[in-house]
Amino acid sequence: MPKLTIDGIEIEVEPGTSILQACEQLGIEIPRFCYHERLSVPANCRMCLVEMERAPKPVASCAMPCGDGMVVRTNSETVLKARKGVMEFLLINHPLDCPICDQGGECDLQDQAMAYGFDRGRYGENKRAVKDKYMGPVIKTIMTRCIHCTRCIRFINEVAGVPDVGAVYRGEHMEITTFVEKAIGSELSGNLADVCPVGALTHKPYAFTARPWELRKTETIDVLDAVGSNIRVDARGAEVMRVLPRVNDDINEEWLNDKSRYSYDGLKRQRLDRPYIRQNGKLVPASWAEAFTAIAARLKGLSGNRIAAIAGDLVDVEAQFALKELLSRLGSANLDCRQDGARFDTSVRAGYLFNSGIAGIEKADVILLVGTNPRWEGTLVNARIRKRYLAGGVTIASIGEQRDLTYPYSVIGSGPDTLQQLVDGSHPFSETLRAAKNPMIIVGMGAFQRADGLAVQAAARLVGEAYGMFRDDWNGFNVLHTAAARVGGIEAGFLPGEGGRDTHGILDGASKGEIDFVYLLGADEIDMAKLGNAFVVYQGHHGDAGAHRADIILPGAAYTEKNAVYVNTEGRPQLARLAVFPPGEAREDWKIVRALSEVLGTTLPFDTHGQLRQRLMAANPIFGAVGEMTPASWAPFGAQGPVDAAPFVTPITNFYMTDPISRASVTMANCTEALVGPAQERTGTHG
Amino acid sequence: MSAPASDHGHAEPTSFTFTPENLELAKRIIAKYPQGKQASACMPLLDVAQRQNGGWLPRVAMDAVADLLGMPRIRVYEVATFYTMYNKNPVGKHHIQVCTTTPCWLRGSDDIVHTCKKKLGIEVGETTADGQFTLGEVECSGACVNAPVVQIGDDYYEDVAPEHMEHILDALARGETPKPGSQIGRQSSEPVGGPTTLKAFTTAQADD
Repeated sequence: MPKLTIDGIEIEVEPGTSILQACEQLGIEIPRFCYHERLSVPANCRMCLVEMERAPKPVASCAMPCGDGMVVRTNSETVLKARKGVMEFLLINHPLDCPICDQGGECDLQDQAMAYGFDRGRYGENKRAVKDKYMGPVIKTIMTRCIHCTRCIRFINEVAGVPDVGAVYRGEHMEITTFVEKAIGSELSGNLADVCPVGALTHKPYAFTARPWELRKTETIDVLDAVGSNIRVDARGAEVMRVLPRVNDDINEEWLNDKSRYSYDGLKRQRLDRPYIRQNGKLVPASWAEAFTAIAARLKGLSGNRIAAIAGDLVDVEAQFALKELLSRLGSANLDCRQDGARFDTSVRAGYLFNSGIAGIEKADVILLVGTNPRWEGTLVNARIRKRYLAGGVTIASIGEQRDLTYPYSVIGSGPDTLQQLVDGSHPFSETLRAAKNPMIIVGMGAFQRADGLAVQAAARLVGEAYGMFRDDWNGFNVLHTAAARVGGIEAGFLPGEGGRDTHGILDGASKGEIDFVYLLGADEIDMAKLGNAFVVYQGHHGDAGAHRADIILPGAAYTEKNAVYVNTEGRPQLARLAVFPPGEAREDWKIVRALSEVLGTTLPFDTHGQLRQRLMAANPIFGAVGEMTPASWAPFGAQGPVDAAPFVTPITNFYMTDPISRASVTMANCTEALVGPAQERTGTHG
Repeated sequence: MSAPASDHGHAEPTSFTFTPENLELAKRIIAKYPQGKQASACMPLLDVAQRQNGGWLPRVAMDAVADLLGMPRIRVYEVATFYTMYNKNPVGKHHIQVCTTTPCWLRGSDDIVHTCKKKLGIEVGETTADGQFTLGEVECSGACVNAPVVQIGDDYYEDVAPEHMEHILDALARGETPKPGSQIGRQSSEPVGGPTTLKAFTTAQADD
């Protein structure tokens, strides 16, 4: 434990800590451009210079490890002079175009120039000009502003694992470029603009739309996948202007995938802003009262077993809980929150959660992926697996399709029969699993969206049991969900009741005429043709497949427009917060269900969000532990039985369009055009 | 400094494959490095590719090297653009590289450049119409003791005076290879006019 003195304060730090990190522990701010705490340290910007006793010249504090007895000064005359010199050099070629730069107001160079900049330029030559590069549909480049910190190169190589960006030429001619005008084939490319300390890389969809000081910032969570990334929604007036990641080391660290970041323009298109009633085959605008009355008229005298409800992927817990309560009052047990038709046992929590936690991936030494393409189903889970791979000493294998996951792995099988071979130990990979200290299995929806889902779940459990994945100190059985609503729906009990039908049963029943009334709570990814002649109520925020089929449309709120609970794939409840109000007559979803219940004469027993939350916590205490993972206890789950030998198929065919919001987004359409197809279909373990 | 060769004024070939002999050579070079460190062979392989391709590196050749070494293509592109001795544009059969850094300049490299320009009728950075000669200025060639220095292909011509330069260019044009090394006949980098110490040793003895 080296002990050193910084600015006269003694501090003892962990071996390997750099002087810059030690300064941060003391609360001393060191200016920097190239240093980023989650990337490797190149020490090429020289802005973090400090003075060290017995050193002949100032040292770069980001790359200098603390040593015993060092005496460091960060505020001396020499330091100030050195940093001013560095700043002057950086500004030689940096254009003075801050007034038209999108980074203005949140620019590291601008801020630090306030402290270390010279009041006039002494450089009389022409500044250099660099051609802008094409970096894909979401990153805008103004390369003349680049100060060559190389953060983008390190991010894309290290975190994203897609070696597409590099620095060509040398010295004054150095340029950052993609591999010859190629879009960056990474789902994390938006983070490049975040790591860029200047305005060289900015967000293309956000270009020239707002200044940071005009934005109202709301800390909330993302719901476009089941990871539950922490985000900040920046809004101006009634409009969401951009979405940025927030730091949460347990979930997304400080990254965000492109779909979650750039789908926000979809929030302004195809919105349902008033109720509609279908009359003579056409949807006509109606008032809330008319819509509710029409529903009540249709439900009158209908027995419970002819009523059903399906919840979609973006629905919050409150709405699902309220609708479940309503349906049970109507005598129906036909409800399911798994609109994708996935079959898995929900009786044991450990059987459907990401038990180790996303951060737990870093403790695993063998990772077995089953029927999942984590790069598309949980991009930041994949980033965590890559982080684990970079740390070394991990074996990664997959049962399923061969995809480019940004790290090397072996495909050891394609279907459930491989799981069974692992159970009985006849597969060569058994040896690796047996030798592992913390083995981990990650099961995707590709393994459950099949007729034998329950048996696959049981087989995966048996693999876990056979290789010590369930211990008091380790639970390596993980399910990677694809929908933000899913785990919350299960925890709230939005599942078939006693003798009730699941999604398959509901769709079967509707097409056979055994179900007359279907309530779609934001469910769009089902086969609408199977709903037959049933009377369909669609409650949601986008005019997507569900709204097209609906007989009554009830306009709800998107995730940025309500205070609501979502539970991520780890079983961690998190709060989404209202950033802007829902458009037009749209309302928060639980309120719609509550209002409808009154018209139906079965008033639900809560009038405020607080009362609803109380009932929710009474029904399932995990909703009380916001932001925390409640460990799931172990018990057998799944149903052992015959499995189909058919290979696992990943459920997502286009990462950029998986839900009504991203399907309505122009940016996501551009991404689809530029990146999905040949570019993403590369097989093998590139890179 | 030479300007970045980002604007190619020539047609890029569409494919590049190593000849069987060069592939054999490449494998021998790769074998010098430990397993997993094949990327270390990047620079010698780029050199092999450049020689095979008539003295310059098209993008497809960089791609071929990257694929052979299992490196991301951008990494090879970075290396090839960093070093000025990899030519990103086509060069003539004889690539004349006159060193114009301070020691050579003090010893008259300006005259050498001027002689070349006059004799070949081209400016620095250009290639003669017959594709025989490309004239280039380079930074220090590392043979300052024998300044001025001109590198032609793999050979160094040292102590070059304008008249030497004319002879060299004439000989090259005739298809001959002029004798490389010092053009005033001195041995290695001994003092001009012969040794000043250890005179007892004859040249013959020194050669032993």
